[in-house]
Amino acid sequence: MTEYVSHIHPVAAILVHAAIPLTIILVYALVAIWGERKIAGFIQDRLGPMRVGGWHGWAQSIADLLKLIQKEDIIPTDASRFLFKFAPFMMFAASYAAFAVIPFSSAYVGSMVNIGVFYLLAVTSLLTLSIIMAGWASNNKWSLLGGMRSAAQMVSYEVPTIASVLTVVLVAGSLNLMTVTEMQSGNDILGFLPNWFIFQNPFLIVAFIIFFISILAESHRVPFDLPESESELVAGYQTEYSGMRWAMFMLAEYADMLLLSLLGATLFFGGWNSPFGDFMAGPLWGFFWFMLKGLSLVIVMMWIRWTLPRYRVDQLMHICWSILIPLSFVNLVLTALWEVIF
Amino acid sequence: MLEVISKETGNKEMVINMGPQHPSTHGVLRLELVLDGEIITKVRPNIGYLHRCFEKYAEQMDDYAKVIPYTDRMDYVSAINQEHGYVIALERMLELEVPERVEYIRVIMAEMQRIASHLLGIGAFGLDLGAFSPFLYLFTEREKILDIFERVTGARLLYNYFAVAGLMRDVHPEFKTDTAEFVKTFRPKIKELNDLLSYNKIFIKRTANIGVLPEKVALNYAASGPVLRGSGVEWDLRKNDPYSIYDKFDFEIPVGTGEVGTLGDCWDRYMVRVKEMEQSLRIIEQALDGMPDEGDVMEAIPKRIRPKEGEIYVRTETPRGELGYYIISDKSASPFRVKARAPSFVHLSMLPAISKGSLIADMVAIVGSIDIVLGEVDR
Amino acid sequence: MLNAVKQSWLTFRSIFTGMGVTIRHFFGPTVTLQYPDEKMELPKGARARLYVNIDDCIGCNLCARACPVNCIDIETVASTQDVDLGKTSTGNPKRFWLTRFDIDMAKCMYCDLCVHPCPTNCIYMVSEYEYSEYDRSNLVYHFSNLEPEMVAEVKDKAEKEAEQKKREREEMMRKKAEEKAQKELEAKKKAEEESNDKEKGEE
Repeated sequence: MTEYVSHIHPVAAILVHAAIPLTIILVYALVAIWGERKIAGFIQDRLGPMRVGGWHGWAQSIADLLKLIQKEDIIPTDASRFLFKFAPFMMFAASYAAFAVIPFSSAYVGSMVNIGVFYLLAVTSLLTLSIIMAGWASNNKWSLLGGMRSAAQMVSYEVPTIASVLTVVLVAGSLNLMTVTEMQSGNDILGFLPNWFIFQNPFLIVAFIIFFISILAESHRVPFDLPESESELVAGYQTEYSGMRWAMFMLAEYADMLLLSLLGATLFFGGWNSPFGDFMAGPLWGFFWFMLKGLSLVIVMMWIRWTLPRYRVDQLMHICWSILIPLSFVNLVLTALWEVIF
Repeated sequence: MLEVISKETGNKEMVINMGPQHPSTHGVLRLELVLDGEIITKVRPNIGYLHRCFEKYAEQMDDYAKVIPYTDRMDYVSAINQEHGYVIALERMLELEVPERVEYIRVIMAEMQRIASHLLGIGAFGLDLGAFSPFLYLFTEREKILDIFERVTGARLLYNYFAVAGLMRDVHPEFKTDTAEFVKTFRPKIKELNDLLSYNKIFIKRTANIGVLPEKVALNYAASGPVLRGSGVEWDLRKNDPYSIYDKFDFEIPVGTGEVGTLGDCWDRYMVRVKEMEQSLRIIEQALDGMPDEGDVMEAIPKRIRPKEGEIYVRTETPRGELGYYIISDKSASPFRVKARAPSFVHLSMLPAISKGSLIADMVAIVGSIDIVLGEVDR
Repeated sequence: MLNAVKQSWLTFRSIFTGMGVTIRHFFGPTVTLQYPDEKMELPKGARARLYVNIDDCIGCNLCARACPVNCIDIETVASTQDVDLGKTSTGNPKRFWLTRFDIDMAKCMYCDLCVHPCPTNCIYMVSEYEYSEYDRSNLVYHFSNLEPEMVAEVKDKAEKEAEQKKREREEMMRKKAEEKAQKELEAKKKAEEESNDKEKGEE
């Protein structure tokens, strides 16, 4: 499909490539925000949103979006105006741009670059910058504290994330996410298990656990939601934001969650590969399986969020620097040894 | 921004206002924190945002009974216990005999209220630390207690149920079965709470060794209730200075053990509350067994309350600690002076002593663990 | 090292225990009540709003005096002799017109203290709780069922009667005073006569 579009006009191709992930993100964000509230509701013996749209309040996020659009755009008097306005868009742009290299299906990937993983991790680190920007520009002490916490947290947790991703790259021998996915096709392990990396190698299970903990911290989910911990820092870096700008933060946060979950699905769970070999395989089924895997991880993240209390900032750092980072590097070396031996 | 910070303190310290509109200061407490990074170097609690002149109002009421609804409004999450102390004080001043059935109903109601109050305190503590779901689970249980209360008293929060030497109305016939049913369904919920929150490793990390209140400091600050017991002091007015008919019941005083950290840390204070709920259940069961079925709860209520000239201090054990009423009578229809010794106020005063050098996140945990109610602090 | 492994294992175990509890609740029953669609039945005797059965009220003002926040405002006018206001359902005779019986529900603290002193049990709490208003003045409930003209008439009548009574009393007082004065005069006369008689006798 994409080749066909680029035949017509190169600009059209760019627009199509930009529009597809954007559509996915927007639809996903609307569903996920509603879904998170429903999940939270049911976990807490409540019902969650029930009013808007009839069946279980399915139109709640749309109504919220309309409300947020109508809200007054408030900028604090002493805020640094440019940075204050720019931060939410930069945050969204960072997670949005990273979707370019995610292989949604066997037939579609935004950009088939050979350094896909590298590009993705590099672009998402812009998130840190935008959060510091928001925290600083708000001219609010709580925001500043939130921004500072987030900077420390995200910079630290990038190290174990990258180390665990590197483990997969080591096994796959490629930075191209499409190639990584293709390597996981087929059902050869023990005769029936799919060739996903998580089943291929015991050290990759450890790598996945490290990766999952790290992406919880990267996307500020409980128990690591310190930058916006509502009972300590009011709302952290988002304190002064309202209306559409706040909605952008929300969108970026959910997009980031999906991005990292999809990355996890690609690296460890075979991406768009069907778990049943050739059964239910194909470009459209591929998209279905891929989103299913990604969304399952998202749901687990939500489930964790509504169960656990949050860590303190120094404990968070302790977990990262004295447990996850050494463990992930040891794991990397052991994986390399495994690869050499078998 | 940097200029703002340096202007305020002259160095790298930052003054930050926590409250009065802050999600985890339990109402309208305002804490002025002086921070070095995220480390607190100084705390100044500012109170008075909920001051309603309780003591002055009590003096100008032309009836002692009219003060009872105002006592409800001091600690609004344990209203029954607040009334209890006041009516006991008046009964002792008037030298009245309280019918046995009234005493039993009072004890059941007071212990139910203690559970309801602890449920809120524990739930809000978990919420402060980011655990959202336990709060709502406990609230569901609290609702069940309030349902029972509503059937008995007609109100859900501020009951005005205790009268001098009596009760405002009799309990309904199914009261015993309702309460016994609640006791039965509530026991497993405590285990569930322990699974979900109390022994959760993250929760323990956040509360163990935080806000340690040594026994000596606790005694010096005149702490009482779960805060004092959390520091390992076995002191409960229901045992040490029995009022009402508490000497008839068999129960234990749970104290802090330092099980997961230091003795007297936030976790100990929290755990004392959890264990106290179990003890309250025991008292309720015994009281339900012993409660007489017959008897008029309103016959002993005096028509006119005119105590002799004199003064009295009566202390009772509320969920938050020792609540004392000091009442002076000058033989007129209204009290000459009513002074309430509120436990929350006392506990708040030791906040600067135990929170120095901790982080903002610990501050939240400490405020949550001493479980203050601002209605009682400001009165 | 071994300790660290053990600690991590304990952490994971406690996390999974917690997640087990939440997933059980996820599939468990919900407790939400969809409020405007379904309503909770309030128990008998719930204290949600004050109500006055004005037909039974004898205007004794006891409830207003028992109220700690002075939210009950009663104005009574004594009935004239030509009108019989009848009796309450409890058999107490009514002697006052209730020209005003206002309860300010915005002030009321639902303490139930006004209910107990009432001799005819005409003031009580009902379980109706949906009475929010946009204007605070709408929360002042007027229970008196007298029309304004009626109130004016009653007041006028009562005033007239009071005036008449006053006049009668004054009349009576005057009469009494006159009688007294006359008696005194007579007594004086008598005394004078007596003394005259005495004087005469002496003479």
